[in-house]
Amino acid sequence: MFDRRLITHFNWAYLLLVLLISLIGIANMYSATSSWTAAVQPVYLKQSYWVGIGLAIVAIVCLLDYRHLEYLSFPFYGVNLLLLTMVLVFGRTSMGATRWIGLAGINVQPSEIMKIVIIIALARYFSEKAHLRGFSLRELVIPGLILGVPALLIMKQPDLGTALLILCIGGTMALFAGVRRSAIIFLGMSAVAAACGGWFLLHDYQKQRILTFLNPERDPLGAGYHIIQSKIAVGSGGFNGLGFMKGTQSQLSFLPERHTDFAFSVFAEEWGLTGCLLLLACYCLIVIWGLHIALRSNDRFGMFLAIGVCAMLFWHIVVNLGMVIGLLPVVGVPLPLFSYGGTSMVTTMTGVGLLLNVGMRRFMF
Amino acid sequence: MRINPSPEETPGLRRRFIISSVIVAGVFCVLALRLWFLQILGTDHYRDLSERNRIRYVAIQAPRGAVFDRHGTLLVDNRPAFTVSALRQEVDDRRQLFFNLAKLLDIEEAQLEERWQRGQGLPRYRPLPLLEDVGRQAVEMVQENSIDLPGILVEVKPFRSYPFGDMAAHLFGYLGEVTEDDLKQPEFSDYRSGTMVGKTALERVYENRLQGAAGQKRIEVNVRGRELRQVTTRDPLPGHQIYLTIDTVLQKAAEEALADGAGSVVALDVNSGEVLALVSRPTFDPAWFARGITSEEWRALTDNPQHPMTNKALRGQYPPGSTFKMAVALAALEAGTATPSTKVQCTGSIKLSRSYEFRCWKKEGHGSVDLHKAIKESCDVWFYKVGLDTGIDSIASAAKRLGLGEQTGFPFGSERAGLIPTRAWKKSRFGTSWYDGETVISAIGQGFVLTTPIQLATMAAALANGGTVWKPQVVQKIIDLEGKTEWVLKPEKLSETIWPAKHLTPVRKAMESVVNDVGGTAWRSRLDKVRFAGKTGTSQVIRRKADDEEEVEEDEVPYQYRDHALFVSFAPVENPQIAVAVVVEHGGHGSSAAAPIAKAMYAAYFADKTGQKEVARLVPDKD
Repeated sequence: MFDRRLITHFNWAYLLLVLLISLIGIANMYSATSSWTAAVQPVYLKQSYWVGIGLAIVAIVCLLDYRHLEYLSFPFYGVNLLLLTMVLVFGRTSMGATRWIGLAGINVQPSEIMKIVIIIALARYFSEKAHLRGFSLRELVIPGLILGVPALLIMKQPDLGTALLILCIGGTMALFAGVRRSAIIFLGMSAVAAACGGWFLLHDYQKQRILTFLNPERDPLGAGYHIIQSKIAVGSGGFNGLGFMKGTQSQLSFLPERHTDFAFSVFAEEWGLTGCLLLLACYCLIVIWGLHIALRSNDRFGMFLAIGVCAMLFWHIVVNLGMVIGLLPVVGVPLPLFSYGGTSMVTTMTGVGLLLNVGMRRFMF
Repeated sequence: MRINPSPEETPGLRRRFIISSVIVAGVFCVLALRLWFLQILGTDHYRDLSERNRIRYVAIQAPRGAVFDRHGTLLVDNRPAFTVSALRQEVDDRRQLFFNLAKLLDIEEAQLEERWQRGQGLPRYRPLPLLEDVGRQAVEMVQENSIDLPGILVEVKPFRSYPFGDMAAHLFGYLGEVTEDDLKQPEFSDYRSGTMVGKTALERVYENRLQGAAGQKRIEVNVRGRELRQVTTRDPLPGHQIYLTIDTVLQKAAEEALADGAGSVVALDVNSGEVLALVSRPTFDPAWFARGITSEEWRALTDNPQHPMTNKALRGQYPPGSTFKMAVALAALEAGTATPSTKVQCTGSIKLSRSYEFRCWKKEGHGSVDLHKAIKESCDVWFYKVGLDTGIDSIASAAKRLGLGEQTGFPFGSERAGLIPTRAWKKSRFGTSWYDGETVISAIGQGFVLTTPIQLATMAAALANGGTVWKPQVVQKIIDLEGKTEWVLKPEKLSETIWPAKHLTPVRKAMESVVNDVGGTAWRSRLDKVRFAGKTGTSQVIRRKADDEEEVEEDEVPYQYRDHALFVSFAPVENPQIAVAVVVEHGGHGSSAAAPIAKAMYAAYFADKTGQKEVARLVPDKD
């Protein structure tokens, strides 16, 4: 049952915006990695494949009515929780963290899938239970568990960044669903208490990162190196930037992880404030436009789904940019559509697909 | 399928959407504000950091021009030496840095601090040398621990090296850092502080040829101080090569013969004035200066009573003693106050007046003496008598035409003029008239008469070549970068006097007898292979009172009062090629202290010339 209205209501402009950012990202990656000795396959080329795959994912996600997800949400959630537990048991360890698991020959990162799954699960929950008086503390126990269990599992990997992001996404959705003031105050206070108590549970490198964020000069060649170099790159961009392929911080390899988490630093150095504001406007538009789609969706599940995707995009963007320009500590969060990485691209494009899916099906009754 | 009312129609939800949109926009504004703060307000700061981050321009010091002897033996070269330097612009915590470095290399922090203070005048972006010429092991330690030593870098600089040690050090001179005063001079307008420049002698006079032009390299580094790549942006141009007229075999023979003695030796090519050897001892090690001399070393050199820093061949002024007698003889023959057969009865002394008695060195006298015997046996009385008859002005005229009493025009070393007194000179100098007694002692090269070793060598060369005084020259040729000869030596005459053979020949014959005939004062120094002619001299440092005990052994006289030993000579007698003058300060007698040195030199020089080249001798000292 294919409906012509699906095509007419498809938000092409939004997709073009997403595509535009992705293309800027590829160009930026070309510059960031140009000093690398010819690898088997250049990173920017790989990234363009991922953008292609992402577009395919958008198409696939859009073809299926999002409303089917409502019934599949909890099974999805359960399977993913299982995968997260399996990661802790059999996961593949790389760089001190165990995040990957081999599934039928493909390396899967369940924590990344969880970002989408948690959105779907919570959208289902909130769409059924939300009421205008807002959730009381007791009513928040179940969504808290839905959110808290995977977050804890992810934190165990350890992947503090993703865990916090999942909490942020879930929290945003909960706030949107409505939470009583008393509950907000209580949760805020217990969050502070947990932060203080949690300090002792943090791994050493995680403590380092936070300490270094507070004072990057503490360890300029070690943990503070990323922040200092990134700020130098961004700051030396000036108003108009140093020009494409001319950013010295990245071209001379001062900037670490410059094609992944710090891709924006490269962009900022080469394109200056002008380019940054333009990119920032694009991202801002993506989020607010997403909210607009949520607002105009014609059912609560779709609305919460769209809100969840917006929250995911928003927090990724803010945490990454905040880190790159020295406002937030260094947590390994990629900039959606911009940082190199298949996983991030798949997650983001799935989210975008869901958003467009919600948008194109609002007239379907 | 559940059907819910659209959120758009729910006023509460709508408000939440507006609020969240505002929050999202607000957060993006915060990000934009932060970017504005970094990129607009902080541009200069971060660009500066970025520049510091990545590129260092480092000068590549040009190797100074090499110096060779006349046969192409390498005398002064360059070797790569490691210098540990600090880039001040990258040093934030100096105390910590010095603490780390001192601990690593087991040295005093104070030493580093002193160098740091000394380098305060250098621009901050230029490496400030902290430790010079460090060993390979220390270099490795520094490089391995570069993380703990931010701002420290190891530079490779060419250092002057001297394959023959301190040989001919006075000719080469030494290097030192260019001073702030130098830098104000137009000659040093291209120089940068910290550059090593020639301070004395050859290195100084030919500074502009030897220096070369520094190159530059761009080093791109990451913040860990690790070099990513080096790009040579300008190759250094090495200095020009200088070939000296020095003959290493001869120079080495002279230095070895003089050994620990203080004094000077000059050997000249009699037909061009080319300096074949020029020795002044004791000497200094120019390598100390190349690496930067310590204050203790400098004090040891300047406090040494034997003045190792003075080039005695040019600046030592000695009474010529009996070596002056050839000039007196020629003056007398020229003036007609004596002929080769003029006979004087030597009784051991001559009385000028009742109160002035002048003694011959030989107490018992030489008996009947003619010119030949007077020179051969160095009879003073013959010269007292003949000198007195000839007069000081005629003697001075002849002496000056033999190259004495005037600077020879040697290109460096602040040569001294010596002194050949005349009546006019005394009048203007002291305002008193000349006394006959002064003529008498002048005739045996004492009194006011002062000569430098290089003048004595020029005189010997003039006697050997018939009367031409060649300007002593030491640079044979200069080869520029393309290998073209940029400058080549042209012999220059200072003066030419045609001494008639009937005057010159008897003098030369007598000099030949000094060495080669029994009874000659240098007979013990004769060589079988090469006949050389010479004249010994023993010049008094202080006048001994007549009633002093006669039989004082030389060894018992305090060192500084001992006589200077001199010897002037040329060889071979038939067809003179080289002239050698030797002065041994406080060496005692010319015959025993000076002549053997000349003998050793002739032996070495002519052994080489007759085909028995002693290659082994040219191997540089190992130490």
